[in-house]
Amino acid sequence: MQKYSVFSLIKNAFSNHQNWEVAWKDPTPKSEYDVVIIGGGGHGLATAYYLAKEHNIRNVAIIEKGWIGGGNVGRNTTIIRSNFMYDANARFNEFGMDLWRNLSQELNFNVMFSPRGIINLAHSDAQMNAYARRGNSMRLNGIDAKLLDRDEVKKLIPMADFSDEVRFPIFGGLMQPSAGTARHDAVAWGYARQADDMGVDIIQHCEVTGFDVVNGKIKGIRTSRGDIKAKKVGLCVAGSTNILAEKLNMTLPIETHVLQACVSEPVKPLLDGVVTFGAGHFYISQSDKGEMVMGGDLDGYNSYAQRGNLPTIQHVLTGGLALFPFLSRLKMLRTWGGIMDMSMDGSPIIDKTHIEGLYLNCGWCYGGFKSTPVSGWTFAHTIAQDQVHELNSELRLNRFSTGHLLDEKGLGTKTWIG
Amino acid sequence: MLYIKCPYCGLRAQKEFSYGGDATVKRPNINEEVSSENWDNFVYMRKSPRGKHIELWQHIAGCRQWIKVQRDTATHEIFQTAKVTEEIR
Repeated sequence: MQKYSVFSLIKNAFSNHQNWEVAWKDPTPKSEYDVVIIGGGGHGLATAYYLAKEHNIRNVAIIEKGWIGGGNVGRNTTIIRSNFMYDANARFNEFGMDLWRNLSQELNFNVMFSPRGIINLAHSDAQMNAYARRGNSMRLNGIDAKLLDRDEVKKLIPMADFSDEVRFPIFGGLMQPSAGTARHDAVAWGYARQADDMGVDIIQHCEVTGFDVVNGKIKGIRTSRGDIKAKKVGLCVAGSTNILAEKLNMTLPIETHVLQACVSEPVKPLLDGVVTFGAGHFYISQSDKGEMVMGGDLDGYNSYAQRGNLPTIQHVLTGGLALFPFLSRLKMLRTWGGIMDMSMDGSPIIDKTHIEGLYLNCGWCYGGFKSTPVSGWTFAHTIAQDQVHELNSELRLNRFSTGHLLDEKGLGTKTWIG
Repeated sequence: MLYIKCPYCGLRAQKEFSYGGDATVKRPNINEEVSSENWDNFVYMRKSPRGKHIELWQHIAGCRQWIKVQRDTATHEIFQTAKVTEEIR
């Protein structure tokens, strides 16, 4: 594989950049693989990469209905963080942070990981106490956390509304300085390029239509491009999880919902990190291009549409204006939606299933992007070793029936229960 | 914007309603022994189909009645609405 570097860039400039190798091939599906990963999003691509790299399993195919990077990995708001309180979530995501920190070098692809910090705003003494507790829990797990008072927040985001008239006055906030953002497309492409180089077949525009299960054991899958035999199959399909589960006669603790995000026209740099305004159902960051990247609530009803409705965008931006009045002068560039696999407790599932050789990776709610590397890493381990890793030992499917929920905070399909 | 026909008030904007989830989930009978599995199915397990979905909405900013709505989860088209005591087929 051609290594990307300043030298290869200069070399290719002499031929008008016409002779770059393709980053990944477009193979015809073989009749049999050791492992088939369904879903060519960030998590699927990362899983295939770590299967090849960490476990030397290279006879692997990724089956993608559309094109790689066309789903949620290209639709999220690129936030990377590990500011969790529960040990299971904190350890899992902090392991992921370590993978992020070295990802550009490892993949030889600039994912533009930029640890610029995230601030969760607090609007009451009680919320400050809760954040102090969460911050302490994070620090016990080796994650940096900083409790900010009102003046410290004001220094970091002076353009927020600190006047007396606001509905939710800013009391302070909890900051994870090592959190940040990355370029989401580059993550998908970087993993795809390396996985392809190690022998993984990336098969796009190939829809899974059924499964071949004999005596409780997976034998292969049926697709729009023919049957494919497989010793092991991993599902990494986020918002399409329930559709494939139905083909397997499985019912899961997951509902599929649409979540929207939007960006404004680009403006000069004014917001350094990520700011979340939970009370206003709003969060914001500024992209390297200068666009304000914003999001908030689910539309709030089951949907596979990959597009939402205007009331939610209005609701989210109303919250945004309450925090940052300057947003009223910006034009919206675009809005879009993605479909979320909302688990019932707001935490993901990476586990084996009752079908031998079938593995499940789902339930990411609206926080899948940050976990892309660690999800792939642990899922690859679970598939290769046929057992969960310590890191995903609490992200089991049966935790709903045993009562070991990971209800980190009010997430999931029914947030008012959280 | 979705427009939902409340069986009591007529066609109203989505903003007046609040979502209540899958209407086909049945609560286990009261005063009967419930197995863990059945309780698990009732509380957590959902089919979440792509296509026609019968669901509960509450006309929270209107008559406050719970209603049933049959809606397509892929296109958001609404086919039918009914009072919560009525069946949608």
